[in-house]
Amino acid sequence: MENILNSELFLLTLTFLAYFIAQNIQRKTKLIFLNPVLLAIIFIIGFLMLFEIDFNTYKEGSRMIEFLLKPAIVALGVPLYQQLGKIKKQAIPIIVSQLVGCIVGIVSVVLIAKALGAPKEIIFSIAPKSVTTPIAMEVSKTLGGIPPLTASVVILFGIIGSIFGYEIMKLTRIKSSISQGISMGTASHVLGASKSMEISGNFGALSSIGLIINGILTAILAPYIIQFLGIWITF
Amino acid sequence: MRQVVIILGYLLIGEIVVHLTGLKMPSSIIGMILLTFSLEIGWIKLKWVAGLSHFLTKNMAFFFVPPGVAILLYLDLIQSNFWSIIIASTLGTIIVFACTGWTHQLFMRHKNSFKKNKNA
Repeated sequence: MENILNSELFLLTLTFLAYFIAQNIQRKTKLIFLNPVLLAIIFIIGFLMLFEIDFNTYKEGSRMIEFLLKPAIVALGVPLYQQLGKIKKQAIPIIVSQLVGCIVGIVSVVLIAKALGAPKEIIFSIAPKSVTTPIAMEVSKTLGGIPPLTASVVILFGIIGSIFGYEIMKLTRIKSSISQGISMGTASHVLGASKSMEISGNFGALSSIGLIINGILTAILAPYIIQFLGIWITF
Repeated sequence: MRQVVIILGYLLIGEIVVHLTGLKMPSSIIGMILLTFSLEIGWIKLKWVAGLSHFLTKNMAFFFVPPGVAILLYLDLIQSNFWSIIIASTLGTIIVFACTGWTHQLFMRHKNSFKKNKNA
């Protein structure tokens, strides 16, 4: 029995099954806090603990799924291509706002976490928290953070942003619906985009521009921003 | 099969670029940018990659379940830094919403007033 529990086939099945159940729970309850990724992670952790399966065994077993993250990012090139017309039409507002969002996002989190006394591996883990998980994890790895911690923070704050994003923008008087749609993707990546998608397909497309462009900028600029901040701060 | 070859091929090109240039960038991002560029100039046709890319981007959330489970290994570290993580991320999220929205709105208004002047 133990052999079966530790086999690659079993661990892969467990992962698919956990996600499948989690998706159904969300579909039925429609509660945004019951995010399928979050739920599936909790189910699997619970299962591993209950049956005393070593985490490294799980990691080996689920490597195939994790590998697919990279081709998935490459595949984002297709929606980006489909949005190119829209991006070109208002290139300057989009590029400037994404640059501001990217830089402000990283700098604010780093400075606040540092002020609160967080150690550097924590700071580097949460620095890319506004971008979509696969990109954020890659950036976190490049910076010297802890990618799994990055993933949890990204998912958690993506959910929070998708719930409160439009409220925050109402309070800060962002009235243009185009600006709202784009900011949703910039600050809350895929989760913000799916929230926008519920409002309309057009809104969803705007958010996907924000999520992809901020993802690219963060991947390119994050190491340099951290290096630059390092002039004044010792991490 | 062609779809798989193209997507993996661009990822591989990304890896090679990172390896050769020593760029501090994820290879997947380079692959993505090159794929967009190739689609734009017509080297790659949309229908060659549409199906697989739709599958991958639609199910992207699922692929980070395994790396998320690895959080198990860092529970102590998170516990001892719980509040700094929560506070920094909450404030950071609000700041990004406000700054991105403001900037975009500001630049759009400029553009629109410029257009109006031109029409007048």
